[in-house]
Amino acid sequence: MIKTDAVVVGAGPVGLFVVHQLGIIGLKAEIIDNLDKIGGQCIELYPDKPIYDIPAIPECTGEGLTKNLLEQIKPFKPNFHLNERVEAVSQNKNEWKVETSKKKIFITPNIIIAGGVGSFEPRKFFVKNVEKFENNGVFYSVKNKNDFKNKKVCIFGGGDSALDWAIELSKISDVILVHRRNEFRGAEHSAEIVKKLEKEGKLKIKTPFQINSIEGEKKVNAITIKNEDGKIEKIKTDCVLGFFGLIMKLGPIAEWGLNLEKKTIPVNTENFQTNKEGIFAIGDICTYPGKLKLILSGFHEGALAARACFKIAKPNVAYRFEYTTTSKSIQERLGVKKGD
Amino acid sequence: MAKITYIEFLNKKKHVIEVPNGMTIMDGAVQNAIPGVDAECGGACACATCHVYIDENFFNKISKIESAEQDMLDMAYEPNKLSRLSCQIVVNDDLDGMVVNLPLKQA
Ligand SMILES: Cc1cc2nc3c(=O)[nH]c(=O)nc-3n(C[C@H](O)[C@H](O)[C@H](O)COP(=O)(O)OP(=O)(O)OC[C@H]3O[C@@H](n4cnc5c(N)ncnc54)[C@H](O)[C@@H]3O)c2cc1C
Ligand code: FES
Repeated sequence: MIKTDAVVVGAGPVGLFVVHQLGIIGLKAEIIDNLDKIGGQCIELYPDKPIYDIPAIPECTGEGLTKNLLEQIKPFKPNFHLNERVEAVSQNKNEWKVETSKKKIFITPNIIIAGGVGSFEPRKFFVKNVEKFENNGVFYSVKNKNDFKNKKVCIFGGGDSALDWAIELSKISDVILVHRRNEFRGAEHSAEIVKKLEKEGKLKIKTPFQINSIEGEKKVNAITIKNEDGKIEKIKTDCVLGFFGLIMKLGPIAEWGLNLEKKTIPVNTENFQTNKEGIFAIGDICTYPGKLKLILSGFHEGALAARACFKIAKPNVAYRFEYTTTSKSIQERLGVKKGD
Repeated sequence: MAKITYIEFLNKKKHVIEVPNGMTIMDGAVQNAIPGVDAECGGACACATCHVYIDENFFNKISKIESAEQDMLDMAYEPNKLSRLSCQIVVNDDLDGMVVNLPLKQA
């Protein structure tokens, strides 16, 4: 069990910056994210694309922004709990109990939900019976490539994951790469390798084809694919791998009693508290009249929510407004205080 | 302003909407609560849940598909050669009368 001043759900840009705002006023935070990396949408959806509307930063990439935010919160030594989804939130006397998918338990007076549009999950095949074969012939990631050794494997997708795994698995298994169009969107270099391997007979490429059905009783034994003109082909195979990118699904946040509206959490604009005292929502996940889904708006929301957390975490201490430029105590927390 | 007809997949129900110039085909659907367009990312070309099939007669009249949209379409449900992401199509007078077929599902 971990006790802390605030639990932050989501390590996107907004969750990261609120750690800073909590830190400068002396509050400790634990951050939990379902992904295996820090940065939310910025890192998962557009790491290399430019952002032009972060105040005072004319241009930076999603990855650059994440790196700078991490640098900015370093003095507060926040604990990250990655690959863990927050599943349940419940009352525990006058505090909150937070439970994760890895059965970790946090006790805290404040929860700040910075969950964006929810947690990322792989997009799946849409054909009949596909659930029945999930993790038993149908996969959306490769945990151990030796599971595919000497097997017939059909890989679907045109991005980097599909290309990289086609190249890698072609060394140990019988690979067919299927994609809905002739162009691949993954790195050009990888696309060239795949085409070279096809020429050398080391793998097969089927384009423009999409999945049509999966056949088999207890395990997958064949699939059919179809092209734009409805032409159907049958392929004998042992496993199917789908790499269609990630989709955001709200997930367990919907079950915490927060009166969701259109998959977002209503908050007041004074301190971004939800309908429950001590639970705040900031960033893309929150809604109020005039809400803009922008990083800069999330930063402001975090600044106000952090001050409200202070009053709940330290009810007997008076909160004092201070500037980072002139406050000795803030500079001590930042570890930058110069001797007078 | 253009009159756009959105047709649902299963029941073929028609929704005729006057969409002002400058708005997207996605906006027209979402603001009028037409079932079948989710638009999870709000029009950022980042979710592929605003996928539609454009009527053949209009496909060549609309703005050309950019590579970012083509890439995103890889993730849509059953894309075909008439597929577009409706958030990337801005309405103008020339699109008056256009028919947009909605897919069975988004994601
Ligand atoms: C292509 C694209 C371009 C963009 N360009 C800009 C731009 O130029 N300027 C701008 O201001 N904004 C831009 N945005 C929007 C911006 O990325 C978002 O507003 C911002 O990421 C929101 O930050 P957030 O921290 O609220 O949520 P997110 O970045 O969505 O992060 C939320 C995190 O919470 C995690 N999470 C959710 N539920 C749980 C749970 N139950 N347990 C554990 N973890 C959970 C998720 O895994 C995720 O990592 C763009 C978005 C996209 C897609
Ligand atoms: S609304 Fe997300 S891609 Fe169009």
